Amino acid sequence: MTTRIDTRFAALKKEGRAALVTFYMGGDPDPETSLKVIKALPKAGADLIEIGMAFTDPMADGPTIQAAGLRALSKGITLEKTLHLVREFRKDDNETPIILMGYFNPIFIYGVEKFLADAKSSGVDGLIVVDCPPEEDDELCKPALKAGLNFIRLATPTTDEKRLPKVLQNTSGFVYYVSIAGITGAARPDPQKVAASVARIKAHTTLPVTVGFGVRTAADAAEIAKTADGVVVGSALVEAVRQSLHADGRPTELTMGAVTSIVEDIAKGVRSVKK
Amino acid sequence: MTIQQSLNSFRTGPDETGHFGNFGGRFVAETLMPLILDLEKAYAEAKADPAFEAELKSFHTHYVGRPSPLYFAKRLTEHVGGAKIYLKRDELNHTGAHKINNVLGQILLARRMGKTRIIAETGAGQHGVATATACARFGLKCVVYMGAVDVERQKPNVFRMKMLGAEIVPVVSGSKTLKDAMNEALRDWVTNVHDTFYCIGTSAGPHPYPMMVRDFQSIIGKEAREQMLEREGRLPDSLVACIGGGSNAIGLFHPFLDDKSVEIYGVEAAGHGVASGMHAASLNGGKPGVLHGNRTYLLMDGDGQIAEAHSISAGLDYPGIGPEHAWLHDTGRVTYLSTTDNEALDAFQLLSKLEGIIPALEPAHAIARAVEIAAKKPKDHLMIVNLCGRGDKDIFSVAEHLGGMA
Repeated sequence: MTTRIDTRFAALKKEGRAALVTFYMGGDPDPETSLKVIKALPKAGADLIEIGMAFTDPMADGPTIQAAGLRALSKGITLEKTLHLVREFRKDDNETPIILMGYFNPIFIYGVEKFLADAKSSGVDGLIVVDCPPEEDDELCKPALKAGLNFIRLATPTTDEKRLPKVLQNTSGFVYYVSIAGITGAARPDPQKVAASVARIKAHTTLPVTVGFGVRTAADAAEIAKTADGVVVGSALVEAVRQSLHADGRPTELTMGAVTSIVEDIAKGVRSVKK
Repeated sequence: MTIQQSLNSFRTGPDETGHFGNFGGRFVAETLMPLILDLEKAYAEAKADPAFEAELKSFHTHYVGRPSPLYFAKRLTEHVGGAKIYLKRDELNHTGAHKINNVLGQILLARRMGKTRIIAETGAGQHGVATATACARFGLKCVVYMGAVDVERQKPNVFRMKMLGAEIVPVVSGSKTLKDAMNEALRDWVTNVHDTFYCIGTSAGPHPYPMMVRDFQSIIGKEAREQMLEREGRLPDSLVACIGGGSNAIGLFHPFLDDKSVEIYGVEAAGHGVASGMHAASLNGGKPGVLHGNRTYLLMDGDGQIAEAHSISAGLDYPGIGPEHAWLHDTGRVTYLSTTDNEALDAFQLLSKLEGIIPALEPAHAIARAVEIAAKKPKDHLMIVNLCGRGDKDIFSVAEHLGGMA
């Protein structure tokens, strides 16, 4: 099984550069605007797109992404509507990989089998479900692999040498290294420690390794692109959107530009590093 | 019940992966996974170490004041005119509730693990006070997460925690109540993995917490069993306890689960009524889902978004329930009922006036149903109600609800 994720990473390797992976909350600040943003991401320089599945209780997320999820929910986003965003995106773009990222409960309530079938047919390539560790692989990971979706696992600073093989066992697509012990959008990662961790993971797997949590600027991104196969940016984008909104949460004429300019900037950082 | 018939024992759970039937499990972020595996190992070692048990027992006796009395509520029994009602008086514990039983166990464990910083979530503040108390006793740093709404409605406990040296962090995310305090505590734990121990207050969360909290609270049921045998020469016929997350209830119930003659009733908070949608009755008004590290019954909408719970009692104001209760509900071993805000207020006053015991609003929920069940039972029926907390913390909010009449 080769997914768009595999194809994209193979192409970038040939090109000799790291991937820019952008996270954006589905439905933020409203479903229409979020679709426009997601459609604009590849042109601005995103190589892969993670779309957040909004959840009321995102226990691994910092205030920025928590607030984005609540904004989206208040404008009526549901898991079904998030899948619809992907279908709409796929009408114009059949190459950029889409990864849905979120928490298990909305998927469990939607129905795992139905969700996987609908995600696949909507054009989703992979899943990152934060609260499904390897210990719960029978719940979602194995069924997702069977359905032809990549299941991308998080490895963290607390994932030691002994545990790493277990984390990598059913991982596919790429490995997402969480650069800090903490929540999204918190402290800045230390490039040296990140480099060592990426090397440690690469000793155990041939999968691409991307790094995220705390990446904010083109300089951060360039630093990480030296060692990792991809750089994930999330909170910085979501925060740029929030700052562009009206006080009542409606988008302004600045909203689209706020996202695209930051993605363009960080993409330059990523692309400045030749490998 | 076919499941019930096929089980030899209701007391063997959870399995090695932390499941009670389909419930429980370890649905946490990878950052926390190594920590809860460490905790599981450390707890298994402590459980097997007689020195750990001896230390805990010594604190129970000399610091908490255990065993708590099993008190025959004579005037309440006469008032009801049915079953003999006994109260298991865990409200007499140091800090005024059953919470200290669990906290001491976890704090002694944290010390064994070399952790120096303790975090906790709290709703009504009872678990926060118990944690702050134990941290003061052992000189540990204590940070308590509490929903901003609860900080406002439980001021006396906020003051107590501060006096005990704890740092209180009001949580303003989400619905600003207990579930959000738990989210925030988990976020803290993810961030401060090296020195921090998360002291969970109820029998929920990822494995091994539901099992560990149950074990520490089972002292309630073990004592009650011995005390009833001593007083009446036989086992009780029924048990009644209130349920938020369900730690006091599982503590009373667990030692009796395999005594088939014992009827067991858990009482959820029905708020304005289960039909109103404004309640905290996860079993009677929710469905199975995954939150805070475990699969259990939850209040949520059709899209799996967690709903806000409502109860007059901040301690029951949680949209989930411990996974073992979810399993006991599905197997039919325990019957889960509910009590509305108004019924709890009536029971609060009834027990105060008849027995000179002001209950917390949480066990007032249990009293309301206990009185109803007892009325239908014969006079030789023996009932134990878990009086898991005292009402000092609630007198101001009750006065407000009663319009100053109290």
